Amino acid sequence: MATVQESLQNVMNWVDERLPVTKTYEKHMSKYYAPKNFNFWYIFGVLSVVVLVLQLVTGIWLTMNYIPAGDRAFASVEFIMRDVEFGWMLRYMHSTGASAFFVVVYMHMFRGLMYGSYKKPRELIWILGMLIYVALMAEGFFGYLLPWGNMSYWGAQVIVSLVGAIPFWGEELAVWVRGDFNMSEVALNRFFALHVVLVPLALIVLVFLHILALHEVGSNNPDGIDVKANVDEEGKPLDSVPFHPYYTIGHDLPAIVIFLFVFCAVMFFYPDGGGYLIEHPNYEPADPLKTPELIAPVWYYTPFYSMLRACTFPLFGMTAKFWGLVVMAGAIAIPFVLPWLDRSPVKSIRYKGLGSKVFLTLFVISFFILGYLGTVHPTPMKTALAQLCTGIYFAYFLLMPWYTSVEKTKPVPERVPE
Amino acid sequence: MKMMERRNFKTLLLSAVAIYCISVQALGAGSSYPLMRMDPNLDDKASLQRGMQTFMNYCFGCHSLQYQRYNRTARDLGIPEELMLKHVIIDPDVRIGSLMENNISVDHAKQWFGAVPPDLTLVARLRGGRDINNRPDWLYTFLLTFYEDEARPLGVNNLVFENVGMPHPLVNLQGVQQRVCKDVPQLAANGGEIRDPLTNEYVTENLCGEDLIGRGISPLQHVEGTGELTPDEYEQVIYDLTNFLYYVAEPIRADRERIGVYVLIFLAILYVFTWLLAREYHKEYH
Repeated sequence: MATVQESLQNVMNWVDERLPVTKTYEKHMSKYYAPKNFNFWYIFGVLSVVVLVLQLVTGIWLTMNYIPAGDRAFASVEFIMRDVEFGWMLRYMHSTGASAFFVVVYMHMFRGLMYGSYKKPRELIWILGMLIYVALMAEGFFGYLLPWGNMSYWGAQVIVSLVGAIPFWGEELAVWVRGDFNMSEVALNRFFALHVVLVPLALIVLVFLHILALHEVGSNNPDGIDVKANVDEEGKPLDSVPFHPYYTIGHDLPAIVIFLFVFCAVMFFYPDGGGYLIEHPNYEPADPLKTPELIAPVWYYTPFYSMLRACTFPLFGMTAKFWGLVVMAGAIAIPFVLPWLDRSPVKSIRYKGLGSKVFLTLFVISFFILGYLGTVHPTPMKTALAQLCTGIYFAYFLLMPWYTSVEKTKPVPERVPE
Repeated sequence: MKMMERRNFKTLLLSAVAIYCISVQALGAGSSYPLMRMDPNLDDKASLQRGMQTFMNYCFGCHSLQYQRYNRTARDLGIPEELMLKHVIIDPDVRIGSLMENNISVDHAKQWFGAVPPDLTLVARLRGGRDINNRPDWLYTFLLTFYEDEARPLGVNNLVFENVGMPHPLVNLQGVQQRVCKDVPQLAANGGEIRDPLTNEYVTENLCGEDLIGRGISPLQHVEGTGELTPDEYEQVIYDLTNFLYYVAEPIRADRERIGVYVLIFLAILYVFTWLLAREYHKEYH
């Protein structure tokens, strides 16, 4: 008689002959070798997946009670907040999760910039990551309209009207996007469809490909050392450890708990985030006749919104609004080509020269300043500052081929330093 | 040397974040009239009940609470359902589980006020502060600063909501407030109040409007003998009313903060165990 273990093994063998379960588990978990010098910054990829799952699950449950109709959407959100058992918790998890998603993704992207994770052979990982970021922006934008509050309405109104700045076909295009001459239930319904079906699907596929591409070439590390260059007799990289269980349990699990602690502290005690996570004008229903005092997007878009507003003068016969659109689109598009802008022989900031350090620091500072400026009324001084910061943002990318090739780099050690 | 540079880089980054946080902190908002501080208290059930009473008697005729239900309010405020039905709902056609809607007609409202009086379920959040408690300072100050203004169609105006389109529904309780000029001590260049060196009395000047507000003095004066309540009693009524509207805006607030404490304690304990577990794995590869 076969023991229980033998029977289980037989079942597993039967499955493995038909579906590569064990092989996949080993390739991506137990025999995926990750460099052992990962630091704090390497947690944000895992956290992005945690938040993605959180958003998907809470989103499904919110959909069960949300009604995407012009005269009922706002009331259905309040119904969720008051009458659905733990509906308030689902809603706050989702609204806090949206901001948390951008926090972890921005940290994750910054890690990439700092340690050169976009450089050969990881160009495709970076491009897929940028696609995830763009999809995430779209997801946030569509989702923000759904509560049908006044800021939802006017925020979407402002952004969709940007399409109108495109020469010749702009106005018709804007009507086509809205499905109406104004923001209305038609737009609400299509945004709902895009928010709950198309974009999440795209996100899941892109995240899958992002991880697949990563596991094909292996993870970068804070020193930018190629750990695959030093392997033992069995072909295992010497400076690496299996992702599971050494990183999953030995590194990620406590970090996830810390993240959840911060997340819950915000969600249970400060869900409005002082009007940055849920904007106060969104506590009154959408009203096409009543413009909020200050239309500002949620904080995670404000750097780009600042760049849009920083374009204040017409040029070559085109309106300022058109150039704003071009600059904003350019700011989102330019990181895609980053892998080919960086000419440095080394990956990590630790071995790069002064130029890279100065430009990255200036880049981060300008991004923060732009983010702040996007939340307040523009004044001539603030607009000038936004223009300066927009210049720095682009200079970081456009001057990169120059400063990475002329600066003096330090030699990268062969092995990961102890 | 390398460590030094890395540390400098980190310091730079940290200071960037710090500058950002400070600048965001400095972000002010709202009306020019300084708001009075109102610290709500959701544990004070008596205050919430009195607030509801005031709301139902004086506000509900025009302003609905259309997202909130009677039975939820009764449960949260500790009012038995029979009492709620008998004294608050009154109308036998309205059920205890109904939403708190009123019967003002849209056409009439537009005729009388030019606009439909807004629903007030969420007004405390709409006008709430940016602080962690979303203090309803605006609402509190608004309700205390109605004043007589013959130039307005309904004879009243408001300090924080200029040219507000509503009458002062609590005028019988508060009495009439008038916007006046007041004699106040003159300020010296150093900010001190000037006294006459001989008589030791304050040297006063007559200030009005913005100048008074700038000195932190209300330009309003209660007309003696009007109103059923003393100013102190009236302030209590407004405190209770604001407290009730604060509750209605987010009925789950007290519960979420209570649950939140347990969640954070649980996560703190969970962290200890996950950290101990992680340490075992660390030992293996370091």
